[in-house]
Amino acid sequence: MSRRLARWLAGWVPVAVPLAFFAAFFAYPVGAIVVRGLHPDGHWNFAAFGHVLASPIYQRVAWFTVWQAAASTVVTVVIGLPLAGLFARFEFRGKRVLWSLLLVPFVLPTVVVGAAFLSLLGPHAALGINLQGTIWLVLIAHAFFNVAVVTRTVGGLWSHLDPDLEAAARTLGASPVRAFRQITLPLLRPAIAASASIVFLFCFTSFGIILLLGGSHARTLEVEIYDQTARFLHLDLAAVLAVLQLVGVATALIIYSRHQRRRAVEQSLRPRSEVAHRPVTPGERTFVTGALAAMALFLGLPLLVLILRSFSTGGMGLQAWRALGSTHRGSTLFVSPLDAVRNSLGFAATATVIAVVVGGLAAWVVARRPGRGVVWFDAALMLPLGTSAVTVGFGFLIALDRPPLDLRGSLWLVPIAQATVAVPFVIRTLVPVLRSIDTNLREAAAVLGASPGQVWREVDLPIVFRAVLVSAGFAFAISLGEFGATVFLARADHPTVPIAIYRFLGQPGALNLGQAYALSVVLMALTAAAILVVDRLRVGSLGEF
Amino acid sequence: MSSFRPSSLPTRPRSTPVLAMVAVVAAFVVLAASCSSSGRTPDASATSQAPGTTESVAGPLVLVTHDSFAVSDAVLHDFETRTGIQVKILHEGDAVEMVNKAILTKSNPEGDVLFGIDNNTLNRAYDAGLFEPYASSGLDQIDSQYQLDDQHRVTPIDHADVCLNYDVGWFTQHGIVAPTSMDDLTQPAYKGLLVVENPATSTPGLAFMLASVAHFGDNGWTNYWKQLRANDVQVVDGWEQAYNTAFSGSAGKGDKPIVVSYATSPPAEVLNANPAPATAPTAVVPGSCFRQIEFAGVLTGTKRAAAAQVFIDFLVGRQFQEDMPLQMYVEPVNGQATEPEVFTKYVVRPTDLLSLDPATIGSNRDGWIDQWTTTVQR
Repeated sequence: MSRRLARWLAGWVPVAVPLAFFAAFFAYPVGAIVVRGLHPDGHWNFAAFGHVLASPIYQRVAWFTVWQAAASTVVTVVIGLPLAGLFARFEFRGKRVLWSLLLVPFVLPTVVVGAAFLSLLGPHAALGINLQGTIWLVLIAHAFFNVAVVTRTVGGLWSHLDPDLEAAARTLGASPVRAFRQITLPLLRPAIAASASIVFLFCFTSFGIILLLGGSHARTLEVEIYDQTARFLHLDLAAVLAVLQLVGVATALIIYSRHQRRRAVEQSLRPRSEVAHRPVTPGERTFVTGALAAMALFLGLPLLVLILRSFSTGGMGLQAWRALGSTHRGSTLFVSPLDAVRNSLGFAATATVIAVVVGGLAAWVVARRPGRGVVWFDAALMLPLGTSAVTVGFGFLIALDRPPLDLRGSLWLVPIAQATVAVPFVIRTLVPVLRSIDTNLREAAAVLGASPGQVWREVDLPIVFRAVLVSAGFAFAISLGEFGATVFLARADHPTVPIAIYRFLGQPGALNLGQAYALSVVLMALTAAAILVVDRLRVGSLGEF
Repeated sequence: MSSFRPSSLPTRPRSTPVLAMVAVVAAFVVLAASCSSSGRTPDASATSQAPGTTESVAGPLVLVTHDSFAVSDAVLHDFETRTGIQVKILHEGDAVEMVNKAILTKSNPEGDVLFGIDNNTLNRAYDAGLFEPYASSGLDQIDSQYQLDDQHRVTPIDHADVCLNYDVGWFTQHGIVAPTSMDDLTQPAYKGLLVVENPATSTPGLAFMLASVAHFGDNGWTNYWKQLRANDVQVVDGWEQAYNTAFSGSAGKGDKPIVVSYATSPPAEVLNANPAPATAPTAVVPGSCFRQIEFAGVLTGTKRAAAAQVFIDFLVGRQFQEDMPLQMYVEPVNGQATEPEVFTKYVVRPTDLLSLDPATIGSNRDGWIDQWTTTVQR
């Protein structure tokens, strides 16, 4: 291969692969279902736009969607940021395990978590506080699900920030709060903004939590799109709502993307062992103890409720657990827990590989290539996160149904669908780190005669590898817990753990409910184990980064 | 130690090509999407299925069904060995979602035969021409009350009537008389005790709304819901949440002793209890049951119509009909099928079933749901 061709490929492959993936598995299916709604019998019909835009009901829905997502994001960041500091700045017993366990809430099925929250903050709560049907329960639940996104993304960068900077400010007389606000916070801003944007999009398209905990009056655009598509087959209304959702999300993303490019700050990243230390001063001890206690209460308690319920529902003790391998045996609905675990792991591993390859290439383009085009490229790849799963799912049904993309019923569709959601995570986790890599280092290497490939291998890779692992962890967790796309793509012979949980929930009787809880605990354990392994992977001796 | 500066450094002027590429992809997608959508006229799909080559298709018979479909492995395996037809099951969400997906993909169906459409969505399927008529020889064993279609586009398979269930123990414990009719629920004694599913999102929720239309009539039913709302009815999204989380009579131990569920739910509560109680811990409110029949049909455009018909015969046959109750908590329509003991013992057969004509449901359903939403939720 000639050098020119190699260079040409190196320039274009990172742009072309993500774009092709985006076009085939997002833009084309979504385009198909929107066109079917607006172009039903051979001519365009935009009447539904007028209907939706003029309707006070839809205006209310749109407003509620935006503000609950914004409020949820604020709550999540407020809870997630101190926890990020805890993990970045301090050493304490069990830190590595807790860091991995953070991702457990993220994968749990909403129905199961909803039940746990209702038993803690619902009508019969032991705590005596009933938040059922209020927006507070929605905000708390959103924060519970998403706090790992903030803590692990921000914590990942924070654990490499040079602590001497803040120390210097302190020496010069700045209070701890001031040193944090003026030194650390600005450096963390790209990671905070990146994770907040993801949390916002997640809450923007929230579905299960809204219906489960928001009370009967709470409706988001996502809920409306689901109703109009799956329940009423009013494809024209659904198309208009989907277009509005897309335009809103795209606008937000482009503003975000422009803003981020101006904000990026380069810095020397430090090994995490230089950043974290054991708490020494009384203030530090109080902070560590307080943060750990808050984490136990906020993240640990709901999980504990689920574990306890798996032992108390459908008979005391291990009855529900024992039944896992036996009830429904001999029925087509039967899922052996082992098979479900195997299917889940297989899909998740495949989806993670796809997401890391596609998202990794895209992140490199976003961080390294300047120009207006990149802003659009970046925003486009984030769109799937802010788009209704129903729009994409129904789009798959009518768009990917004949050659060359005849994928309906193919097992590939599940990891592909999961990867479209995971790719934005990979991009958002990698870009701040890639942008933060000190250009001096890269330039020095280049001046000394290193080829771009060598610069990448020797300078970027070790630092980036940590971030790749964090993003791979997210991708894996997303895929493990993913339910919407998996259930939609309907392969009865390859059920995943979340699908098996829903099958139990769909049947009456105490034992079925107990088994749903038991399987949720299995899912928790599976996630924790998988993330523990991912978090421990290292690149040789450079692993400390 | 550190260098702070804005990341303006790698300034190779390569901005336009990326933008151009994004634009090219966007244009391509718009083009492809409009082709895929409007280019699929009925005759285009018809030409792809040459008549006469019907059964030469390789691969299994694909059954499109809802998430609750289940059959014993042994029974299905027996069918497969007896007929040589392999069956692949596609779970497509709940009954309403399944039908809508089938309508959406009509020009290129995902499967050959569909099971699980009920009388509340039947009309939409007729309008879309979803099914090819087939009169199964097994029909003569099925009571005529279940046979709703003279043209045999669909074949009745089971019925699972939707009823108000209540927690017997709760009412004994609280010294309140259990409700004896739908009308009772508007009384102060039952304030805050009822949880229902949203008819827009749930099949049993829709059935119960239709029950209120059937019972109170066109003019009275919204008023009934107004009174239920004043009496603090709780509305949830789906059956799982209503029954497993909100209802006090299930293992979820919620706080609502009355719930919209099925006539077959009480036996399910006894199924795994040891020892079996004399009566079920939950019961059905008399006069609150709405007739719900599930049907199967051969999907239009299938290349395996003959195999699909053999499968329909299998569904109405005794073997499947006797397997069905404990697999799906539904009751057989085949008069010769014997029900399991737990059904004969604990299912209370409602005598005064409410029902509406599928055509009436078809033309009014969406409007009724809108009215319901306005009355109860806004």
